[in-house]
Amino acid sequence: MAGAEQRRFRLFRGTREGGELKEYQVAAGEGWVVLDAVHAIQAEQAPDLAVRWNCKAGKCGSCSAEINGKPRLMCMTRMSDYPADEPITVMPMKAFPVIKDLVTDVSWNYEVAKRIPAFQPRAPDNADGTWRMYQYEVERPQEFRKCIECFLCQDVCHVLRTHGKHDAFMGPAMLVRAAVYEMHPLDKAERHEHLRREGGIGYCNITKCCTEVCPESITITDNAIIPLKERVVDAHYDPLAALWRRLTAR
Amino acid sequence: MAASDLRTHHYDVVVIGAGGAGLRAAIEASAQQAKVALVCKSLLGKAHTVMAEGGAAAALGNVMGEDNWRVHFRDTMRGGKMHNNWRMAQIHAQEAPDRIRELEAWGALFDRTPDGRINQRPFGGHTYSRLAHVGDRTGLEMIRVLQDKGVHAGLDVHMECTIVRLFVVGGRVAGALGYFRETGRFVLFRAGAIVLATGGIGKAWQITSNSWEYTGDGHALAYEAGAELIDMEFVQFHPTGMVWPPGVRGILVTEGVRGEGGVLKNAAGERFMFRYMPEMFKGDFAESEAEADAWVKGERKKNRRPPELLTRDVVSKAITREIAEGRGTPHGGVFLDIASKQSPEYIKQKLPSMYHQFKELAHIDITKDAMEIGPTTHYVMGGVKVDAETQESTVSGLFAVGEVGGGMHGANRLGGNSLSDLLVFGRRAGLHAAAKRGPPPSFPDAEVEATMRDALAPFEHEGGENPFGVQAALQAVMQRNAGIIRDQKGLETALSELEGLKGRARKVGITGSREYNPGWHTAIDLRSLLIVSEATARAALERTESRGAHTRSDYPDSDERQAREQIVIKKEGDRMAVRREAQPPLPADLMKLVKEGA
Repeated sequence: MAGAEQRRFRLFRGTREGGELKEYQVAAGEGWVVLDAVHAIQAEQAPDLAVRWNCKAGKCGSCSAEINGKPRLMCMTRMSDYPADEPITVMPMKAFPVIKDLVTDVSWNYEVAKRIPAFQPRAPDNADGTWRMYQYEVERPQEFRKCIECFLCQDVCHVLRTHGKHDAFMGPAMLVRAAVYEMHPLDKAERHEHLRREGGIGYCNITKCCTEVCPESITITDNAIIPLKERVVDAHYDPLAALWRRLTAR
Repeated sequence: MAASDLRTHHYDVVVIGAGGAGLRAAIEASAQQAKVALVCKSLLGKAHTVMAEGGAAAALGNVMGEDNWRVHFRDTMRGGKMHNNWRMAQIHAQEAPDRIRELEAWGALFDRTPDGRINQRPFGGHTYSRLAHVGDRTGLEMIRVLQDKGVHAGLDVHMECTIVRLFVVGGRVAGALGYFRETGRFVLFRAGAIVLATGGIGKAWQITSNSWEYTGDGHALAYEAGAELIDMEFVQFHPTGMVWPPGVRGILVTEGVRGEGGVLKNAAGERFMFRYMPEMFKGDFAESEAEADAWVKGERKKNRRPPELLTRDVVSKAITREIAEGRGTPHGGVFLDIASKQSPEYIKQKLPSMYHQFKELAHIDITKDAMEIGPTTHYVMGGVKVDAETQESTVSGLFAVGEVGGGMHGANRLGGNSLSDLLVFGRRAGLHAAAKRGPPPSFPDAEVEATMRDALAPFEHEGGENPFGVQAALQAVMQRNAGIIRDQKGLETALSELEGLKGRARKVGITGSREYNPGWHTAIDLRSLLIVSEATARAALERTESRGAHTRSDYPDSDERQAREQIVIKKEGDRMAVRREAQPPLPADLMKLVKEGA
């Protein structure tokens, strides 16, 4: 292959029961990303090497893994960003149970998403059943809709990763999902109680690790989580605001 | 293979595929109180629809009030080179606006016009600004909205589950057998109505914008079940895929770049599209750079659209010719330049994911430099032959919708017509599948057992060939002989080489366990790939003319006698039978509309 260079990889091979890092050599082409190398290893050396991927363009969020210890998308990580004489280590996401090799069981996220109260639009503004919304209004929730559900923010969040509080905290990705509707100009559903109790929003102590790993550069902590925390606090701990809401039936 | 290996579910409707079409169908069937299973090959929300960038075409008339369904219908027919199923094109144009507004009611956040309505952008082949969009990630928005709607509608979702066979009894669909990737265990769905929404076949080519999933499973399942396939020769090669670096070759560059003013230039810096104006579109497009630039700046009443916004078949062929005649870039593409036409702020706002994609993958800043692009396999217009009103195939109870359905787009699909197609016909398929519910006919366990044994056969072939090698060989055959320019000799070569690959595919061997084993998955996908590749090659050989996306160097002209003739493919015994069938003519009023304008 033109411009090919020998590169070393250490990939996690194993199952729920355990596993180990295995070393592979691969002739890497120009401009390769880590996923290209993993595919080459799969095609030529280890056809049963398990890896998730779909779009290979950073749009589907399937190929999440930990590359040299950092949560990243394999398809958007160029090999030229790493020293050529050192092996690149790829591990599955740590915050979720391993299924096999680089594939983890992320089904918990889908269960959490299911329980977030659904979008509920206000009555249409116009007789033809449509609404008017302005660009400045939609831009705020549009930032959260960039989320590709790669779950890298869940992976890096210490509440889930280190403390395993999956039963008490929904995690940054799901807070972003709730924020889409909370900040949707048309939505009128009530989610504060859900975020406070089942969502465990109080567990987030705004270390901003999630924002740092987001491949879509969503400002998760500042734009999604902190405003949600403020709303929850306003609703539950500010008696004046609560009274005002009751009086104005908002 | 004990019976305990098999889980069985009973549903009213089983939808296979969870992209836009599958989700919309499942939501509709569920709204009709049917018990619905949604089965998908990947995780929910990862389907190829997320890759759709530019937008969904619907004649809302929000940006240009002159637009209406008649103009959209006319554009679709002309873009499809008059080969479309006219009734589908009509239904699509009429219902798309309602489907877009409905998506907004479900929570979609489309970009807005200054007066607060859904904004619409210009796109190739559309007379007016017509694409409802969200920056350049419209498909992702659609998937997420439908995903949330579906989840809250209480759909049963079976993720990472691949269907390997449909069961048909006395011409009626009765069930589907699949396996879960995670465990490698089988699952049987018994249902009287099944909707195929499995997408396309792009993985049969080397250079493609499509993911691993796009192996033509639905096309192959339908074919094996006795349904008819049409138009398989019409494969869309999108004009703008990335060409450099090699690892990213084929990844899509949205047509939105041209919609927002991007221009195509050859290595000499010439804006070549002015030289490639087809007779059919003469007078509809700008004739000078000054006129095209004025249009991009917003003076749309007095000026005509830039020729970069010609239909995809035309642009792809023009690029291919520029490269073949030595005017390509060093990496074998041409330049797509928006940096010299729009400000960096505008580009980043309208095309954020393109900016990101080139920066990350090619180290190119598209607000400063031109992109290098070339054609990439993108979409198959052909698919399962369906009834225009219901999306039901020629097998009772079996429906096909979205890319796996055939007819709507004729010989070439307009950009933006896919997302609206998914919604319009997804809803219709769900509605009619729910109406078709009823106890499915039963079929013998022995058939199920035999199918499972057959699926597991690669594990028995110790020392057999690696399935990835066979897949790569198949992609090379199709790229070389059934690509953007075809001829008789090449297509015959493809057919004979595919015959050889069939033998190799039967003998591939797998190591390791059944749990999440991509080698095994590839071995099974190969069976679908071989069927759709053969169908494409046979149909392409049969169509002795050039039309839309199908270009024969030995028959370079369109032949009006073949315009409304369809190549139909059907399984007969062990043989793939090919025949021609005349499509019903357009009603006089619609014909007049297409010829004389709306």
